[in-house]
Amino acid sequence: MTGAVQNTHLFDVQRKRPRLRRYFRWAVPSCAALVLLITAVLTLLSGCIAPFDPLEMHPLDRFMHPSEHYLLGTDNFGRDTFSRILHGGRVSLSVAFLVAIATSLLGIFLGVMAGYVRWLDGVLMRIMDGLMAIPGILLAIALMTVMEASLLTVVFAITITEIPRMTRLARAATLGVRNMLYIEAAVTVGTRFFPLLWRHILPNIAAPLLVQATFVAASAILLEAYLGFLGAGIPPEVPSWGNMIAQGRTFVQVSFGLVLYPSLLLAAVVLSINVLGDFLRDVLDPRMTGRK
Amino acid sequence: MTGGILSSVFYRILATIPVIGFVALFVFLLLRLTPGDPALLIGGDMATGEDLERIRASLGLDRPIWSQFLLWSERVMAGDLGRSVFSGEQVTTLIAQRLEPTIALALTVVVFSVMTAVPLGVAAAWYAGSIIDRLLSVFAVLAFSVPVFLIGYFLIYEFSVKTELFPVHGYRALSEGIGPFLHHLVLPAVSLGLVYVALLARMTRSTMLEVLDQDYIRTARAKGLSGARVLFVHALRNAGGPIITTIGVGLTLLLGGVVVTESVFAIPGLGRLVVDSMLQRDYPVIQGTILFFSVLYLMINLAIDIGYVLLDPRIRK
Repeated sequence: MTGAVQNTHLFDVQRKRPRLRRYFRWAVPSCAALVLLITAVLTLLSGCIAPFDPLEMHPLDRFMHPSEHYLLGTDNFGRDTFSRILHGGRVSLSVAFLVAIATSLLGIFLGVMAGYVRWLDGVLMRIMDGLMAIPGILLAIALMTVMEASLLTVVFAITITEIPRMTRLARAATLGVRNMLYIEAAVTVGTRFFPLLWRHILPNIAAPLLVQATFVAASAILLEAYLGFLGAGIPPEVPSWGNMIAQGRTFVQVSFGLVLYPSLLLAAVVLSINVLGDFLRDVLDPRMTGRK
Repeated sequence: MTGGILSSVFYRILATIPVIGFVALFVFLLLRLTPGDPALLIGGDMATGEDLERIRASLGLDRPIWSQFLLWSERVMAGDLGRSVFSGEQVTTLIAQRLEPTIALALTVVVFSVMTAVPLGVAAAWYAGSIIDRLLSVFAVLAFSVPVFLIGYFLIYEFSVKTELFPVHGYRALSEGIGPFLHHLVLPAVSLGLVYVALLARMTRSTMLEVLDQDYIRTARAKGLSGARVLFVHALRNAGGPIITTIGVGLTLLLGGVVVTESVFAIPGLGRLVVDSMLQRDYPVIQGTILFFSVLYLMINLAIDIGYVLLDPRIRK
């Protein structure tokens, strides 16, 4: 129903400016992909590329402005901001990747079970409602206070906060296909439970879940940074973007760059992932355009 | 008819209870899972084994875990959230002291967001595909991607450090006058509100598009009503439901953002309380505040649900 209105409008615009539209449709996601690719390559190779050791202190060069020597300046210990950002990217990107994978695996499993096995539905969804009632950042903080701070515990804490939304989506999608004729046919010819899920249900609900997984990755990077910012993330001596911003904020009035550079890169990466997610959604399912 | 209303209100209240129960269980287990023996903490180094046993018995720690949970739930329902490990103060007192700034910030954000997001979303839907619509979607993607602290520090840098239009940080209670109160809330509310505006505007847009496609809108237009009348009287009224639901559901986003915003602007609210308690590992305070936030969220959403049942005859089942 929504599609009808939107498509006519889109169609009008397309008729007026076809080339410009088509150009923009591809240009923006391509830029986003490029940003991600460059960031990924730079951070993966940070060991070779970074001009300095991210932990190396230069007591004489504290709060240096960006220069040829220190590309983005130095922090309160005289550590090179550029090198630290490169190394910090590893943390953010690993968190994004690991959380997206873990959330998808667990969330889709739980959601399909809730959508297909009726007696599980009530219990599982009430638990998810409960988890969703706790603000994400607070839930992650609470989990971090009872665990040793490390990359894996941060991934775990963020995954728990992301699972409910993925589960809901997977459940809704499963409910949408479970009464389809092809499912009925598969059941009739005696397909077992797990092959049924794997071969018939999963491929037919995969598109929206894949899109959701990209949004999970974006939100995971933000949450990791918030945790680091509040002092609940991975140990402070590790140069992650969140930790850098947390340490830099004490010196906002001395050197704004300590907060600005890591947060700008963070925002650029999150933005790129979100743009790619939107693009993926438009490509995979035109009906979902404009919704979130 | 009234029986229908009553039973569906009752059903909604009933449906919220297991969710609250789960949140309570989760929060309870969180404290039980924390490393360290509370009896050892209270007893100190000089305590003998017998002393420890006695302390455990007085805390109920010698009972099975489900019985401890029931005991704890009873106390929580009586309004006792325990005491802070550090200051020894009642957690409820601590929450009450920090409540005003948080509520003030959250309410300001909701009011500010509704006032900007709804007109934006309506305009974007009415002129779908236009430049307004595009700008809104660009703004929404940006708002979802930029961390709250970046917006916050940017605003501080531009409007406090450079031009001194607004205070760098801090909070003034409403009792100190409405002027300073609002003056201190502007920057935090804007930095926290942008995400919320994006969320609401997007939701308003897609709901309005759906409503504008309905037959009764075509009828209204066909009988020659003006565009504005169709838009605001016929369409917006019917789109109101999903928009209000989004305000309610988006509260987790808002309350979570409050935690970060209060840290950026040094506002002594509940978010600061959680972060400070976390840094000190003051578990009872963390537990109490999280429980408070979650129950607040559930209650507001329950109220919205019940409001629907009362106002919208279509939902009474």
